[in-house]
Amino acid sequence: MFPRPIEQTTRTSQVLYKLALPLALLLWLLPLLGVALTSFRPGSDIAQGNYFGMPSYFAYENYLDVFRNSPIGRYIFNSFKVTIPVVIGVVALSTMTGFALGIYKFRSNLLVFFLFVAGNFVPFQILMVPVRDLTYNMGLINTTTGLALFHIAFQTGFCTLFMRNFIRSMPFELIEAARVEGVSEIRIFWYIVIPLMRPAIAALSVLIFTFIWNDYFWATVLTTSASTQPVTAGLNSLNGQWIAAWHLVSAGSIIAALPPVLMFFAMQKHFIAGLTLGAVK
Amino acid sequence: MSAYWKSNQRRLAPWLFLAPGLAMFALYVVFPIFQSMALSFYDWDGLGEKVWVGTANYVELADDDAFYTSLKNNVIWLVLYLLAVPAGLFIAIFLNQTVRGIRIYKSLFFFPFVISQVVVGLMFSWFYAPGFGIFYQFTEWLFGDGVAMLANEDTVTYGIIVAGLWPQIAYVMILYLTGLNNVAADQIEAARLDGAKGWRMLWYVVLPQLRPATFIAVVVTVIGALRSFDLVSIMTNGGPYGSSRVLSFYMYEQALSEYGYRMGYGAAIAVVLFGIMMIFISGFIWKMWRDETER
Repeated sequence: MFPRPIEQTTRTSQVLYKLALPLALLLWLLPLLGVALTSFRPGSDIAQGNYFGMPSYFAYENYLDVFRNSPIGRYIFNSFKVTIPVVIGVVALSTMTGFALGIYKFRSNLLVFFLFVAGNFVPFQILMVPVRDLTYNMGLINTTTGLALFHIAFQTGFCTLFMRNFIRSMPFELIEAARVEGVSEIRIFWYIVIPLMRPAIAALSVLIFTFIWNDYFWATVLTTSASTQPVTAGLNSLNGQWIAAWHLVSAGSIIAALPPVLMFFAMQKHFIAGLTLGAVK
Repeated sequence: MSAYWKSNQRRLAPWLFLAPGLAMFALYVVFPIFQSMALSFYDWDGLGEKVWVGTANYVELADDDAFYTSLKNNVIWLVLYLLAVPAGLFIAIFLNQTVRGIRIYKSLFFFPFVISQVVVGLMFSWFYAPGFGIFYQFTEWLFGDGVAMLANEDTVTYGIIVAGLWPQIAYVMILYLTGLNNVAADQIEAARLDGAKGWRMLWYVVLPQLRPATFIAVVVTVIGALRSFDLVSIMTNGGPYGSSRVLSFYMYEQALSEYGYRMGYGAAIAVVLFGIMMIFISGFIWKMWRDETER
């Protein structure tokens, strides 16, 4: 193990380490703690210049205000309307592409694979005008469907890489054996490969949920009104309206951040497995 | 039909499985790249007729101060963003222990990555806010004169990069934590018996084993730096006086904001950014290709 386990060191360094941990964490999360505290600060405190002390009372009504006086409920709903279909669509497409590229040997296999990988890295701006135009021509501009369709297509790049590498690590003999038995390729996919891919599907779902929930650029390009905008874009327009109302901005930020955060804590193991694929040989 | 399928299914099946994903990807990612390239030779407001202007957009770009400011900021982003790699490694080493509650510490350190960049941007704007922001007050206490990070043309980009580094360090940290978990214990022990420790152990024994993690960390950091858009848009909207623009933001501003619907000019900026990123992407792909074919 590197570094040397702290239990094997002197008493003093053990104590120091245990003191350093919470201190480092406190510093690391300082911006977040500040915002969390401000979200419970009554507006009158802000007006009096109490930005960082303890709130004079615990103003949970900031959250009620945000829900009552802004379309944030609608924004959150829109975010779900984009995110959930994307997760389903991407998982469906990329299990198939991953299966095709992971199992079959054909001449253009690596070429197709690297097309997906490279496409996944391109700057969004080179896609922006044509994608906006395409969405417009399909009559889907300023709809959650239009936004979701783009995300499904784009995320297929990364997810194909992920699924294909996962399938590569599965025992190939299983598929060979099924083929010898005369099982069709489609049934092999459905009855043998899919069940074995459950952990990969779980990992990808959490990851994609977070990525799409947090997307801001495409939300601003493809949606424009409060009835379709997801919460990231919505929060930005609210920020423009709530000038200096930091208690409301903070409460709104916390609300927007909550779903992926809950998702992360509920599915932590899968999330990290998804993110670190490839980080070990 | 079914006889044909039976005898050829091994050849046809991969294309059948690829078809939906490949079609979507071609429609939304591959073709648009070429469409943008073509568009960069036109003048277009997004609605009317496209007018062929040849290389005029690129000629204008070569003489555009805002373009050079953006390019310069992209370079600063790229260089400073790479600090996330050593910083993430440092935190990962710090947290790679087995004391009680360490798992919670690891998750909480990772926290910034899970939060939307919009929220991160708002947090840091408040952190830097002139007059009352913690950072402002801290510098006021230190120098007697507060530093309004985001209002100053010379400091604004650095202020935004710090906000960007926060989640990026968390990302790199988790990559390295996983890597450290898989470092061969026997090699470490052997090196320890040979008297290796500290920096030498890290440099000669641990880092070579962390190479896959380092590769991914560098890839995601470089791509992340060149893609930076959200934080610039949220924290400063390119200002003050356009001094915090990056290429991705400048492109958006030209093509799709109140400053004008110059789609062709925007496309030309995007092509330049794409060209820069292609240098890195080709490098990554080349390495991955080599690893793939060596197997």
